[in-house]
Amino acid sequence: MAIAIRPDGRGLPRGSGDAVTGQVIYAAKCAACHGVTGREGSSPRLVGDTGKTIGNYWPYATTVFDYIRRAMPLNAPGSLSNDEVYSLTAYLLSANRVITEKTMLDSARLAAVRMPARNLFVNDRGR
Amino acid sequence: MKRRTLLAGAALALIKTAAGQVVQTLAPGDPTKTPGPPPSTLGTRSGFEQPRLIASDTSSRTPLQSLMGIITPSDLHFQRHHGGVPTIDPFKYELLIHGMVERPTVFTLRDLRRFPSVSRICFLECSGNFRSGKPNMTAQEICGLTSQAEWTGVLLSTLLREVGVHPSATWFLAEGSDAAVMTRSIPLHKGWDDAMIAYGQNGEALRPEQGYPARLLLPGWEGNTNVKWIRRIEVSDGPFMTREETAKYTYAIGGGKFRQFSFEMDARSIITFPSYPQQIDKGWVEIQGLAWSGRGRIGRVEVSTDAGRQWAPAQLHGPVLPKAHTRFSYLWQWDGRPTEIMCRATDETGYRQPTLSGLAAARGGHTDGYHLNPITAWEIRRDGQVFFKPEKWK
Repeated sequence: MAIAIRPDGRGLPRGSGDAVTGQVIYAAKCAACHGVTGREGSSPRLVGDTGKTIGNYWPYATTVFDYIRRAMPLNAPGSLSNDEVYSLTAYLLSANRVITEKTMLDSARLAAVRMPARNLFVNDRGR
Repeated sequence: MKRRTLLAGAALALIKTAAGQVVQTLAPGDPTKTPGPPPSTLGTRSGFEQPRLIASDTSSRTPLQSLMGIITPSDLHFQRHHGGVPTIDPFKYELLIHGMVERPTVFTLRDLRRFPSVSRICFLECSGNFRSGKPNMTAQEICGLTSQAEWTGVLLSTLLREVGVHPSATWFLAEGSDAAVMTRSIPLHKGWDDAMIAYGQNGEALRPEQGYPARLLLPGWEGNTNVKWIRRIEVSDGPFMTREETAKYTYAIGGGKFRQFSFEMDARSIITFPSYPQQIDKGWVEIQGLAWSGRGRIGRVEVSTDAGRQWAPAQLHGPVLPKAHTRFSYLWQWDGRPTEIMCRATDETGYRQPTLSGLAAARGGHTDGYHLNPITAWEIRRDGQVFFKPEKWK
């Protein structure tokens, strides 16, 4: 039941996946809402530099895995295997040029990814 | 329409509601000549009163202009869901509290109700609660993502003492059992302060739309952190950086930076009468509205009837509760000339509600969606018609 993942990677499950596998899953299960390349579609933009995307706005790669696993796809949340979630995460990070297309993501490699948006945020706590 | 209601001699007809819509309801005849329906097992609103939320794909908004007093009827409480409204069997409901605790514990609803209960009245407001842009907008459309209830439940501090929190713990994760399994990280001090696990709303069990059978309630904090249908609390030594607290509920403050973890809802007020689409007559007008602050009590509300040049204190109607919608009024004699009316709230910390341009200036020219609490102005036209006056700041 405890499926939350920390920004340092604690909580990431076993398994692995790469962008090539992820692209096939993306086309089948994600593209209908998020668009063929993650830039189109009715749902939040995922890829690129226009608007707030994973590539330019998400400060932690672990959040991508955590959110896909708990809430996506919208019509069948919680239905993806851990390998599928690793693959989709790899595809989205690769499409945003955060990792290479050939990177095989697992818990250690995902925890080590440093996102472009890592330093964008100012903590308002206690203001 | 119940059969026995019809048998009591009434007939259906089209009538005009108090808000001006035409609806089908019982035809009013001479009520002194025909006995009305007998006592019922569930009370209903008058057919002449048909307030409604305005619903979109993601939220529905409270008709602030229809409310009286300070309590929002439970079926008119605003809604914001991230994976729809789940149906949860109260007999199967469980809340797990674990992580950095001595005794990880599963609480059933029955367990939660065995602890000493508390009730408090407070507002709940979505931090994305601001719309603008055109004159024909109602208070409901501008800022209807705020509502107020009397909430009943157990203080989270009671449960935290029960499970024994590790001294070096600083945050906790709250997780819902909706289809988004929505999560937010909350500083632990709020858990020790006034956080509640609420199971009651306005004298009955929570509505499903408000988290039945139990939700997290963080008085004064942005709505999204008040996780509904709560199933799990994981005590930790840092935030989890969930999607809702990174990609969402963050906002630009200039210099390429974005503010994160803005929890308190800042002081705000809005005139709900007169407001669009109402019309007033020359003479005495009792201006009314609501004011609230996530940081404590409302200290004062000021009203301007000359487009912001002069301000005069409004009367606060009791009870003036901390972190609660507070009703105010101001008696005004309208001379029939076009003008603008507006209000501004100051809370007990001394914080005063800003203008939209003031907010933009404080955020490097950005006003991109969250934690916007600007002064709202209404334009009074010569014929007494009231229109929203969007503030232009660019």
